[in-house]
Amino acid sequence: MNWVTFFQQLMNGVSVGSLYALLAIGYTLVYGILGLINFAHSDVFMLGTYFAFFMMAIFLLPWWLSVLIGVALCAVVGMSIERVAYRPLRNAPRISALITAVGVSFFIENLGLVTVGARPKGFPRPDLMKNVYILLGARIQGVTFWVPVISILILFVLFYIVYRTKIGIAMRAVSRDMETTRLMGVDVDRIILYTFALGSALAGIGGVLWACKYPQINPLMGIFPGWKAFTAAVVGGIGNVVGAMLGGFIIGLAEILIVAFFPGLTGYRDAFVFTILIVFLLVRPGGLMGEAVREKV
Amino acid sequence: MMVGKISARCRLFLTVLLFGLLMLGVALAEKHLNAYLVRILNTACIYVVAAVAYNLVNGVTGQFSLGPNAFMAIGGYTVALLMLPLAQKKEVYFLQPLIWPLNAFSFPPSLFIAALFLGGLFAALFALLIGIPTLRLRGDYLAIATFGFGEIVIVLANNLIPITNGALGIKGIPEYTNLWWTANWAFWTVFVVKNLVNSSFGRALKAIRENEIAAEAMGVNLFRHKLLAFVLSGFFAGVAGGLFVTLISTVSPTLFTFSMTFNLLIIIVLGGLGSITGSTITAVLFAFLQEVLREVEAPHTIGSWTFPGIPGMRMVVFSVILVALMIFYRRGLFGQRELSFEDVLHLFLGRKARA
Repeated sequence: MNWVTFFQQLMNGVSVGSLYALLAIGYTLVYGILGLINFAHSDVFMLGTYFAFFMMAIFLLPWWLSVLIGVALCAVVGMSIERVAYRPLRNAPRISALITAVGVSFFIENLGLVTVGARPKGFPRPDLMKNVYILLGARIQGVTFWVPVISILILFVLFYIVYRTKIGIAMRAVSRDMETTRLMGVDVDRIILYTFALGSALAGIGGVLWACKYPQINPLMGIFPGWKAFTAAVVGGIGNVVGAMLGGFIIGLAEILIVAFFPGLTGYRDAFVFTILIVFLLVRPGGLMGEAVREKV
Repeated sequence: MMVGKISARCRLFLTVLLFGLLMLGVALAEKHLNAYLVRILNTACIYVVAAVAYNLVNGVTGQFSLGPNAFMAIGGYTVALLMLPLAQKKEVYFLQPLIWPLNAFSFPPSLFIAALFLGGLFAALFALLIGIPTLRLRGDYLAIATFGFGEIVIVLANNLIPITNGALGIKGIPEYTNLWWTANWAFWTVFVVKNLVNSSFGRALKAIRENEIAAEAMGVNLFRHKLLAFVLSGFFAGVAGGLFVTLISTVSPTLFTFSMTFNLLIIIVLGGLGSITGSTITAVLFAFLQEVLREVEAPHTIGSWTFPGIPGMRMVVFSVILVALMIFYRRGLFGQRELSFEDVLHLFLGRKARA
């Protein structure tokens, strides 16, 4: 493999990785606060693409406006899921909440299959994403270049929200200790809603960017990206926002580069991530940035 | 106590009696019921095996696994490859020939039981390999690892063409499974799991479910107990998969998707997480309910309106049921209670219950 191909694959890995990072942050935010794997997160990711698609196809809105509305709708869906399905179970055994999460996820997927059908739809991409750039002698697709750029900009906004605003401080406080935060006069329920809105909006953006990269959308498209993103969150240290981002890039790069070096293994691409997960759980279960949490007895 | 504790000898007698009644029922069913009903009963028994095994992990031990479809797939493919006659093997694998040791032999019908055990053991082996890294840790790593494994087994089944024949699957597996096989496996699965749960080992599992830290403080080895429950559950799931493929005589990657796990999840939640009786009864109900809900997907005419059938609507209905159950009726039909011989005797002898 020459340098140019390697560089192309590297860019490709970074761009897939940035998408995993966007999704992983949604998982890690919710897990940090509720200790719940939000299985429906990957379906919100899928919904984002369909919302944007239908805004363009039915209401003939311009691309950017459709995406904006799509992302906003994702935030609404995320908050509704929390309000309807997760909040009644907040004090229930952990396994009940997990089963509910699986149920919600399965509901959205199958509702999608029933309403829009399993046949993939072509997602329209703006010209910006279709251009081809010559970067350091390598031909780079617009989408490969712009996806990480946009993602990283959004990640900056996110870090600003989580680390510099009052809501962000409240989110981190809730994830550290919900009861004490409530005693400090923070409206915990509202903060949890905001967390879901934020995570779901990121999922929506991730979905649209994903659809720009792989412009075939179908109701089950979220399953694998979602699972890999959760693995990324585990690799980075579950509950840690910076870790989730780091994990996303690691998983994306590893996946693309392994296939680039061993093209014969393309069909087993999804199995690598599984291997990475198992290895991490064996060697460093806390993840890269995870802190050892002491169990309170 | 209702009737008072039954002695061990009496309990054995009642178990044998129950087994005899079940076998009598099977004999009558095989003779008098039509093929359609027998098919549903077979499916029901396979669901019992899979659901009771699944409940051992999710309900009794309180660990969230999403892997039964993967273990059923492993068991199913194993049994299919062992039992498929050599001539059929040549015919099915026309894309790429089957790899060496498997293309050279085939089990005779008399070894069907051995094939089922091997399918179960092979599934249990994978359960062991997933359980070791995940069950040492607290939290939901088992859920995420088993969910991923379930998806990856399907990817592998599609790609390992020299073993699985890829997306085409394997056809023409001899239909060895009948009601005798399924009813026996259902009975013995319930028997083994029930006795296990009532042993000191089972009490340790329940202690883990209720409070891991307290259980550990009482000297329960968390990792070993969880692992053994998970591996045993994997074994029975594998057997269920083997029974299933020899019932419908074909296996393909689409047979054991996540929907299978989802069905089992509904069964154990509706029956009551942790109740073997509940899982058994709802597994049978579910097999019939599935047939009833086929109606939902068929076209309907009400008055002058004709509604087209909506394929896939069943799964939407099931997921709504699952979420509603979790929110409004978390105990399920049986909660964590079991129907014991004492309860049944009390029912028949009509003695007054003393709380």
